[in-house]
Amino acid sequence: MARAVVNVPATVRRGEIIEIKALVQHAMETGFRRTQLGEVIPRDIIRQLVCTYNGAEIFRAELHPAISANPLLAFSTIATESGTIEVTWTGDKGFSVTQSATITVV
Amino acid sequence: MPAAPGAEIPAGERRSGYEFMSRETRAMQDDDITNPGMLWVLDGEALWNRKDGAAARACADCHGDARGSMKGVASRHPAWDPASGRPVNLEQRINACRIVRQQAAPLAYESRDLLALAAYVALQSRGMPVAVTIDDRTRPYRDAGRDTFTRRQGQLNLACTQCHDERWGRKLAGSTIPQAHPTGYPLYRLEWQSLGSLQRRLRNCMIGMRAEPYAYGAPEFVDLELYLMWRARGMALEAPAVRP
Repeated sequence: MARAVVNVPATVRRGEIIEIKALVQHAMETGFRRTQLGEVIPRDIIRQLVCTYNGAEIFRAELHPAISANPLLAFSTIATESGTIEVTWTGDKGFSVTQSATITVV
Repeated sequence: MPAAPGAEIPAGERRSGYEFMSRETRAMQDDDITNPGMLWVLDGEALWNRKDGAAARACADCHGDARGSMKGVASRHPAWDPASGRPVNLEQRINACRIVRQQAAPLAYESRDLLALAAYVALQSRGMPVAVTIDDRTRPYRDAGRDTFTRRQGQLNLACTQCHDERWGRKLAGSTIPQAHPTGYPLYRLEWQSLGSLQRRLRNCMIGMRAEPYAYGAPEFVDLELYLMWRARGMALEAPAVRP
């Protein structure tokens, strides 16, 4: 199971802009490399990242072969209410990892 | 000021590779959330608590909480090992424990699990000064490591000391030459897109000099590690570091 880290500020004021950082363990094999015997190494990348805030989607990204291994994505949103921010990464070979973080809005 | 030929860098001028990095790469290392090495640390923590081998024991069954028991361990390695009668590095110490205490198969060099355990153990010494023990038993091995460091080798006929003692701070192609202090291993190298051991890095340098690299775990490498750690004595450990 791949490791993943999602980080948000623990406590923020309502209406504040917060940064969400999402790091996941993945080789991001491009599909363009070959083995020493000349065989193509099949592509194995994360295709998509979806972030939800209390169940509502707030951010979505498509990932491509040129993105590094163990990709880190950081994006922002406005803190509206306390709850859970959940990030799901899905990709080739049935890759799917979900990690969440809780946020308290005062 | 780079050192004179054959001379060591004075203590006041020793700099970690961290200080030669860009602002962005430093920020990546400084924040545990963005440091990809922490993904291996999470794996290492799980392995620490997992029972393994014929003895069905976990590291934690003997050593307890690594945050206390492993504090300072990485800063003391390579260290003298009475069983093998020579210094061993952190990876070899972990594998010796696996074989003798857990009665499990040793982990391969550069395997994900060995890197993860080494990173987890090394993290517990973060911020502590490097303090390998040089005494009558280990001194010959430290000196053998220094010989390797100062000896010209490979088709380019270069010695480690020519770049890392005499020309640090200058450029090798687009990259700044660091002083080669192994204070952050195992570390996440952006070029590798992965965590790697000090021996992997040493093999890179040897291939760059067009020398035949020693095999993983070779005694020559451990001697060189011991010399490099002694050379970096007093500097703070920063594992798992990030390097370009």
